[in-house]
Amino acid sequence: MPEVLVRKKSICVEQIFHEGGPVAETPLRRAAALAVIRNPFSGSYVANIEWFMDDLKPLGLEMARKLVDALGGDPEVVEGYGKGAIVGALGEIEHGALWHVPGGYAMREVLGGAKAIVASTKKVGGPGTRLDVPITHINASYVRSHFDAMEVGLNDAPRADEILLALVMTTGARVHARVGGLKASEIKGEDGLR
Amino acid sequence: MIAKAKIRKIATFVEETNREMDRDVSPPTKRAAAVAVIENPYAGKYVENLSELMEIGEELGELLTARAVAALGILGPSAESYGKAAAVGENGELEHAAAILHPKLGTPVRRVLGKGAALIPSSKKRGGLGVTLDIPLGHKDAAFVRSHFDGMEVRINDAPRANEIMVAIAVTDSGRPLARVGGLAKEQIKGEDGLR
Repeated sequence: MPEVLVRKKSICVEQIFHEGGPVAETPLRRAAALAVIRNPFSGSYVANIEWFMDDLKPLGLEMARKLVDALGGDPEVVEGYGKGAIVGALGEIEHGALWHVPGGYAMREVLGGAKAIVASTKKVGGPGTRLDVPITHINASYVRSHFDAMEVGLNDAPRADEILLALVMTTGARVHARVGGLKASEIKGEDGLR
Repeated sequence: MIAKAKIRKIATFVEETNREMDRDVSPPTKRAAAVAVIENPYAGKYVENLSELMEIGEELGELLTARAVAALGILGPSAESYGKAAAVGENGELEHAAAILHPKLGTPVRRVLGKGAALIPSSKKRGGLGVTLDIPLGHKDAAFVRSHFDGMEVRINDAPRANEIMVAIAVTDSGRPLARVGGLAKEQIKGEDGLR
């Protein structure tokens, strides 16, 4: 098995105090961890790619832990998450799909067994491509206040033979959430939905 | 929250480069930027005296440098290069960026970093939401160190709104990955005149 070749890692943190309304007592924080790796399948069609998911697991765990660190080090403060991938021009969208398992399970493990499916998106694109990574509540997908997204990207990635991998975590609801729906305080947290 | 600037959000960005052109970069090069999105007190009108923005610049100089250094995980004096930039929303003028960046922002930056004999390279522009800022980078004690001429792009998709200003400070622990175009090396600098 080839090792995962990482060219670049990046962490972005946003601390949001307000968006024109009252200043939040506890500012919302959102963080993204990015890794730019060599795509071992770029340039030709490879039928059997599934094994690469195992290779990505340690990287997923490292990125998830760094996100928790970037949000202060306590996994208990994390309330929302999401993931995504941008595949360089010589790859295919299916290569981005390799990130679902190692990215998602890494965050669940680090967060102590989060219940909800990890919202995700992916695309093929060139250097500087931006990705809107969707975000939902970690234990109940229907929590309306936590539907959010964080735009990520790096100006020099992904190159044609690379994949940009992204994980995102947040500490709470949108800063002025007020459109009703299921509240975080009302969830059962059993089926991952409500 | 701090006193003078009305801050809507603060973002930090860290980049660590481990490989380039199939070669290891060892130790990895690291750089960080801290960006504040603030209300522009002079949006939509011509104001002769821009002193309020100069005060805000002084405040953000300390806050953003401390955030950038913390994001890098180093102590201020270990920083090697720096830069600053601002993007003014469409209801402001370029001079507002100048008021923040030039009169008072540098002193607290240098205080946090221990030194900083060199000019802090800067860029500024007016733009809409999602505008990119290319923050120029140069060695903090000797502007002629060629390995440290660089730039870092930052961008926040929802800023600056028309009445806002984005203010950015970038700090590194290193020069470019695989730098090899000669010139003054960091080991050769005197660090007295800010140039060599």
